[in-house]
Amino acid sequence: MTAQVRLQNVGKTFMTGRPPAPLHAVGPIDFEIRKGEFFAVVGPSGCGKSTLLELIAGLTPATEGTIEFEGTAVKGEAPDGIGVVFQEDASLAWLDVRRNVEFGLRRSSLSATEKDKRVSDALKLVGLSDFASAYPAQLSGGMRQRVCIARTLVMQPRLILLDEPFGALDQQTRLLMGDEVLRLWRETSATVFLITHALDEATMLADRIGVMSARPGRIIDVVETGWPRERDSRIVERPEFGGITARLWHTLRGESMKSIKS
Amino acid sequence: MSKVGWYRTLVIGGIVALLEALCLAGIIDKITMPAPHIIVRDLWRMIVSGRMNSAIAKTLSNTLLAFVLAMGGGIVTAALLHRARALRDTLDPLFATYYAVPVFAFYPFFIVVFGLGDLPQVLIAFMLGVVAVIVNTLNGLDRVPTVLAKTARILRMSPADTAMRMTLPYASPYILTGIKLAVAYAFIGVIGSEFIMSRGGIGYEISFAYANFDNATMYPLILLILIASVAVNGVLTVWEQRLLARRGMR
Repeated sequence: MTAQVRLQNVGKTFMTGRPPAPLHAVGPIDFEIRKGEFFAVVGPSGCGKSTLLELIAGLTPATEGTIEFEGTAVKGEAPDGIGVVFQEDASLAWLDVRRNVEFGLRRSSLSATEKDKRVSDALKLVGLSDFASAYPAQLSGGMRQRVCIARTLVMQPRLILLDEPFGALDQQTRLLMGDEVLRLWRETSATVFLITHALDEATMLADRIGVMSARPGRIIDVVETGWPRERDSRIVERPEFGGITARLWHTLRGESMKSIKS
Repeated sequence: MSKVGWYRTLVIGGIVALLEALCLAGIIDKITMPAPHIIVRDLWRMIVSGRMNSAIAKTLSNTLLAFVLAMGGGIVTAALLHRARALRDTLDPLFATYYAVPVFAFYPFFIVVFGLGDLPQVLIAFMLGVVAVIVNTLNGLDRVPTVLAKTARILRMSPADTAMRMTLPYASPYILTGIKLAVAYAFIGVIGSEFIMSRGGIGYEISFAYANFDNATMYPLILLILIASVAVNGVLTVWEQRLLARRGMR
């Protein structure tokens, strides 16, 4: 497998407070995301998980090291071919569902029929075909998050970054959304990079799981789950499931305590 | 109509009926104010005769011009200021104290500089309205969630595209508040200036009729202004309610 994203010695230091003082948020980080894999990152709260995602997405520049996406350096500008679904609701309240999903295609050179087809396909994929003319205010939180997923999918990204997209949803909805994400991952053949604080979610979804330390966040372990590509949430019934989650917790426990005490 | 709507209609109807009764009973004499039904009749006659058409056209077109300039100028200025942090911080005290200054005080100066045409009146009306649009648009832009700004960057939208398709639409309910104020200020600015000094317009005609005890002209014109401003405001309010309802904001 080839590396799609490569981080070498990446670090991020913010200047915060008054007078401004440096805050070492993450790094040094070295790891690769392979093309087509499902990679999850777990870590204690405040360890810089979201910062890591923003670094890869080009939303914030790294202060040390280099990040490459498909061989090109990412320098504080979003590269073409990356889609992000955020934890917060990013649906556009003034547009109906169809126009929300179509939003990113507005300036593309695709024909109207091709755009329509992509939008319809994406709506079908996330199960919102019947809600195309509804406004976000009429939808539940989970449905709005699916609108954002569909809006990302129509751009046909080669790498999808998910920043705790189900953090605000209840446990049962999260399991079902997990199934949907696995299905989307298989059907789109995109690479998926998921940030989560839920160990079972990471274990259930990912091929590989990066474990982050307390701040400054570093990748201290990478766990291979070894799941088949065809899988769904019932994987939690497998005997290996508990073992993987236990290994994650074994590594994380000390780090989580550090982050609570600091 | 809702229950409250009926109450409102009842209150207005009651006040009009009371005025009518007071006028007919002679408690309010004819020289002070004609009965409401006479005012309506006179307004009808005035419109049919067309003798006020040029005054009405002058006032309405100047109001419209001042409003459009205040709205367009206000939104564009706010969108630019929102991106120029230092300039905005510099101007903030000006915006905060702006409405403490009676803009009409500048009117004689504008007449000296621009002459007694339409321009000084439009300028006064524009100046009254534009800051309300700027302040409300900035307020809306300040509320745009960071996640939307991030989304725009992920979609590789240009700053102009981001403003036109993301931040300004998000801020539209707040902008609409500014627009409603700008409409009211445009009317006030134009008609007020016409009162002070002008060669025509509804305000000028009211002031002229007042000086000549011409109640058959003065009161119908006042009623016309009331109808026009309430109608415009009503349309904007309906639009606003639809916008808010769609967003689940009410």
